[in-house]
Amino acid sequence: MSTQTLPSQASSWRQRLNSWFYRNNSGGRLTTLLLFLPPALTVFTLFVILPISESGVYSFFRWNGFTELSEGGRWVGLRNFAQMLQHDVFHVAVWNTLKIVLISLAIQLPLAMAVALAVASKSRVNNLFRLIFFLPFILADVVAGLIWRFIYDGGTGLVAAVTSAFNMEAFYPLADSDWAFNAILVVVIWKYFGYHMMIYIAGLQGISDDMIEAAKLDGASPWKIIIKVKLPLIWPAIRLSIFFSVIGALQFFEMAMPLVQSGGPGGSAHTIVTYLYEFGIVRTRVGFGSAVAVVLFLACAVFAFSYQRFVMRQRD
Amino acid sequence: MTENTQLEIGYSARIARWGLMAITAAFVLLPFWITVLGGFKTQGELRANPLGLPEVWQTSAYWDILISPNTWRMLGNSVLITGFTVALVLILASMLAFTFSHIKFAGRHYLYSYVILGMMFPGATAILPLFIKIRDLGLLDTYAGVILPQVAFGLAMSVLLFRTFFEQLPKDLFEAALVDGCGYGRFFWRIVIPLSQPILATVGVFVLVQSWNNYIFPLIMLNDSSVYPWPLGLMEFRGQYGAEWNRILAYITITILPAVVFFLFAQKYIVAGLTGGAVKG
Repeated sequence: MSTQTLPSQASSWRQRLNSWFYRNNSGGRLTTLLLFLPPALTVFTLFVILPISESGVYSFFRWNGFTELSEGGRWVGLRNFAQMLQHDVFHVAVWNTLKIVLISLAIQLPLAMAVALAVASKSRVNNLFRLIFFLPFILADVVAGLIWRFIYDGGTGLVAAVTSAFNMEAFYPLADSDWAFNAILVVVIWKYFGYHMMIYIAGLQGISDDMIEAAKLDGASPWKIIIKVKLPLIWPAIRLSIFFSVIGALQFFEMAMPLVQSGGPGGSAHTIVTYLYEFGIVRTRVGFGSAVAVVLFLACAVFAFSYQRFVMRQRD
Repeated sequence: MTENTQLEIGYSARIARWGLMAITAAFVLLPFWITVLGGFKTQGELRANPLGLPEVWQTSAYWDILISPNTWRMLGNSVLITGFTVALVLILASMLAFTFSHIKFAGRHYLYSYVILGMMFPGATAILPLFIKIRDLGLLDTYAGVILPQVAFGLAMSVLLFRTFFEQLPKDLFEAALVDGCGYGRFFWRIVIPLSQPILATVGVFVLVQSWNNYIFPLIMLNDSSVYPWPLGLMEFRGQYGAEWNRILAYITITILPAVVFFLFAQKYIVAGLTGGAVKG
């Protein structure tokens, strides 16, 4: 008797599996899942999630990356982090990254908003200006950097023309540790304000005309309409653009490459990612570079989660 | 009296508006003006007169670049890398987004959050392990070594955009298709994709611009200048000609021309794609 139950049990398992599959595969549901999920998830896991996690592991080692980690790597605990946190160039890099955020909030976003209010209504002239303002954004960061590298050139560029016109001595802003990073900030505003303007314009165009008309009938001045009606209504667009400018500041790198070499004069123009590049990649210190990457990762994560939690989710 | 002051306010406000627009436009356009004209000047003229029109329009800097096979090889490399990146992202991301929007399965919300996580982290956080991984796979100095990371980092945003769009497709369509015996797979290829042209264009443009302009991945993964895309070629050219700014400015002009022309033709999708379509959501 017992010998007979085994095969029947096995077949009942197979039957159950089969019937489960058929029940769930109506319309090819399971087949589609099996075909559609793995390719994207594999690529994403292999080249995004895994490397980010590996940064976490490498950050505890002293390792040049040319041998296997188990052979060439030496466990150093938190020493990479300690070294980084004590490095004054790293402090400069963090401060400069914060400066990008501050300049965005104080100058770039208000400029973007002012311009957006000026060109939001639909007309041919406005459309032309919008195109002009957005133009720098479609350039590659390296191109924007290189163009301004010429402008800032004290020997041949625009700065040279200005200094010679006023008979001043040649001035190289990018070679001056007090000026280098401020000069870079100008390029940041030049390249990105048009992007934020577009976000605001889309927000402004979503405001119904009735609302504005009603405010006008109530005798509100144009200025009051902007402050009391338009700005509160496009707060979702504003908080989004703040989010993008902070994330952008945290990953600021490519534009700096053609502008200044190895962080500029005395490392005064480093940001977090150029610091990572200079001290991790150029000097092939995988462990140290990974420690910088971990800090960058944490900064992104903490900012993104708290911004989502406290700003994006609030009721408007 | 009140009407009069109101008119005055309107008048000064109009001046302020035009002033703002004119000054900002000058700030934006001046560097473009200098760059394009700079390529037509001699080194000496560039130094003496960076702003004005060239006295004699020198075309040699432009010609040297246009007839150099390096320029075309580099642009070809960029076309190849960008083409594959865009195609792969569109296929992989739309398929993944479709499973999230139309198929109910356990853990799909977690899986979606997992993918969206990728949006928050810049490529730099992963760059060292990525380099090691690409090297161990033997893909350094190959197109694939740049394409794969670009695709992986392009997925999150694209999945978000696709899913939002797919969820707005009418539900009846899907139910009717299932009743008629059309399975999920066919529904996706035959109905969803043809209906999704606007979002395909938006995502495509977003990925295209990112990939075309990308510098950090090729910088790390490519060492052999025969596979360089144009941003690396530009920086190499700059290293080669050092202070010969007229050549460099000509080179910049030539490399930004495709982007500007493309922008003028596909404005609508570019603006939607680059602002992440996020404004609508």
